[in-house]
Amino acid sequence: MSRARPFRLAVELSGAGVHPAAWRLPHADAAQVFTAPYWVRLAQHAERAGATLVVLDDTSAPVREQHGALVGGLDAIGVASLLGPVTSRAGLAPVVPVTYLEPFHVGKAVQTVDHVSLGRGAVQVGIAAADGTPGADDEARRYDERTPRDVDAAWREADDVIEVATRLWDSWEDDAIVLDEVADRYIDRDRVHAIEFSGEFFSVHGASITPRSPQGRPVLVLRGDDPRALAVAARRADVVRVALDDATPARVDAVRAAVADAGRDPATVTVLVDVEVLLGAVDSEAGARLRTLDDLTRRRPAANELVGGVLGVADGLVDLVARTGADGATVRSLAHATDLPLLADGVAPLLRDRGLLVEPTPGGTLRDVLGLARPASRYATAR
Amino acid sequence: MPKKQIHLAAHFPGVNHHTVWTDPSHRPETQSSFASFQHLAATAERGLFDFVFLAEGLRLREHRGQLVDQDVVGRPDTYAVLAALAGVTTHVGLAGTINATFNDPYELARQFATLDHLSAGRAAWNVVTSSDAFHGANFRRGGYLAYEDRYERAREVVEAARALWDAWAPDAVVADATTGDFVRPGALGTVRTGGRLVDIEAVPSLPRPPQGHPVIIQAGDSDGGRELAAQVADAVFSRHSELADGQAFYADVKGRLARYGRRPDDLKILPGASFVLGDTAAEAEERLREIQHQQVRPSVARAFVEQVWNQDLSAYDVDGPLPDVDPVTDAPSVTQGKAGFFRDPLVVAKQWRELSEAKGLSIRELVIQVIGRHSFVGTPAHVAAEIDRYVQEDASDGFILVPHLTPHGLDEFVDRVVPLLQERGSFRTSYEGTTLRGHLGLPPADAFGRTADALATVS
Repeated sequence: MSRARPFRLAVELSGAGVHPAAWRLPHADAAQVFTAPYWVRLAQHAERAGATLVVLDDTSAPVREQHGALVGGLDAIGVASLLGPVTSRAGLAPVVPVTYLEPFHVGKAVQTVDHVSLGRGAVQVGIAAADGTPGADDEARRYDERTPRDVDAAWREADDVIEVATRLWDSWEDDAIVLDEVADRYIDRDRVHAIEFSGEFFSVHGASITPRSPQGRPVLVLRGDDPRALAVAARRADVVRVALDDATPARVDAVRAAVADAGRDPATVTVLVDVEVLLGAVDSEAGARLRTLDDLTRRRPAANELVGGVLGVADGLVDLVARTGADGATVRSLAHATDLPLLADGVAPLLRDRGLLVEPTPGGTLRDVLGLARPASRYATAR
Repeated sequence: MPKKQIHLAAHFPGVNHHTVWTDPSHRPETQSSFASFQHLAATAERGLFDFVFLAEGLRLREHRGQLVDQDVVGRPDTYAVLAALAGVTTHVGLAGTINATFNDPYELARQFATLDHLSAGRAAWNVVTSSDAFHGANFRRGGYLAYEDRYERAREVVEAARALWDAWAPDAVVADATTGDFVRPGALGTVRTGGRLVDIEAVPSLPRPPQGHPVIIQAGDSDGGRELAAQVADAVFSRHSELADGQAFYADVKGRLARYGRRPDDLKILPGASFVLGDTAAEAEERLREIQHQQVRPSVARAFVEQVWNQDLSAYDVDGPLPDVDPVTDAPSVTQGKAGFFRDPLVVAKQWRELSEAKGLSIRELVIQVIGRHSFVGTPAHVAAEIDRYVQEDASDGFILVPHLTPHGLDEFVDRVVPLLQERGSFRTSYEGTTLRGHLGLPPADAFGRTADALATVS
């Protein structure tokens, strides 16, 4: 067995949990899933659990009625913004499928998540359903676009969106607002820069309308499962998320190798492995809950799933990180209402006692927590 | 008969000359820090206002080919700030301008539905459109909209949004753990718009918002804008803050409602207004002069006159007379990204020359006369009486107040004027409801009351 190493937790929030029947458990409070108190409560559990990052899942996939399933979801940028002022430690990463969106709006909205959270803003960039995959046509039809992109084009476009967003984030130098009463100028216009982007899918001319945000650049999260996504992640991402389909550590190594191949220092990229978690106070409680859920909706379990009491799950997380070499784990809880309080009050204290949980402290930026430098604006010139 | 009630809203100080950044309280982060927005919203809520209002930026303004640098520049994303405010306020409405040209209708509807859900029924959307290539240069959609199509675009976008908000039946979410029905079977409709400008098909991802439809605000002043307001809006953000002018506008717009089967009370007219308070009338006048000079600094005065003359006037002293040359009329505007309001620069120049000669005004003094006006100036008692008079005499249903200082500019109004309005019996002493529709006294949004010629269908 590999040696235990300190690691980070991230928590992904999605509806009532990853299990399709999670909303049917007692205490799931599913009728409240479209309200602010519901999301604030979940995020506060995640913060108590010492989470470095809270990922707010979202999709542009078409909504379908499906018996037994929770249907619908709030816009993740809205939820991340809501959470900014009412949380104090965790990074906030809305999932944004950028394919049909305006890059300018995405860029300044994510900057604003960083402003309202005082430096804990992040974004997980994704794509819409690509041509030939289920729902792709329906998804394109809801926008002015009529035809879906193929997957290669969608990732090329996402890469361009990231390029535009990062240019926008840099477009105001940190000291652009000078408040110079004598010279009668609010900004130094030489420190605000048009980004002049022109690419295959769109062009964006000007500077952001939003002054530089606390982190300079909000933290960029990408998935690294798919080779096309990994290619973008290797060049761009601060945090790379991967799922383990067969419990092999190779995937984490592959991410680090790709980052190095892209000419970056792998130490500057945090790699997180996904893990599906279902918690009980003790193993038997978790097992019973899983049986209840599976009896309601049969599903294919994830390859990497921890079901058990707080002790077993804590051990499982330690082992997962040790054997994969990841920097931490993204907990995808099967049933938020019961899992997250147990993660906060059961698992996290055990990890803390063993000195294995790397967690943020209030007041720091997400970059600080991840050990990332605050980048200078690419447009800053020596003066 | 009970007195007509005043509706008040607070505008976050804007990206224009009105906002005084030379005040010692103003810091580099003042216009973008969330603390500023939170303070204004909390103050408005303390004052029992109907809503706070945020404008939107699509591109930084330019003057003579360079970024405008003499006014406040920069602001965060409107929607994200409103969503953040939802978590730290409980009653005040959350209104924002979002452009219907450079945003996708589906996304717009989803954002405002999200905001309405997160705020439990306090969202409002000021629908504006633009058609210019200057703003379009920042968007994949570009400057594609023909000028004459801008109200049609707004109408189709609002219709599409309302259809999307209505697509889930009001009682769609049952969350019945026993049967496994999260939504009532058959309760989700597919929206097909099929308009000339908005042609989408979608099942939205959210239940009907708590207000049914978030409040729609409209700000256009042309005939087309007024007609659009009468047809689709719940409130008008107007610029007619003078009594006679306001009464004419009020009568005109309210008079258009009947043809859409709406009652006069179904649409609230809320002009933008500024205020200056003092312990005495003389003190208020003195503060007014001081504020006007802070607002119309030399660079502001010069840029404003250059906008009309459409040329570089840096050779002219702003404390001297207006230029003796005529405006350039055959070149593109020197100012970009700002609503132009000089239809005929030669006529404007002639009027200004006459005015400044008659009164002996310098360029700066002339500009103060033209753009330095404040709606309500005087003691708190005077300002309260005037606001009440405008509302009782049907020049408006209330005002959207625009403070000149960020973020404390509203404090004094709430502390000193609001209690006097309450004493007059014209303003609430507590919030009675929790939704913005409730505050504004609007009828519930009727899911099935859309006009017969509505573009969108739900099936």
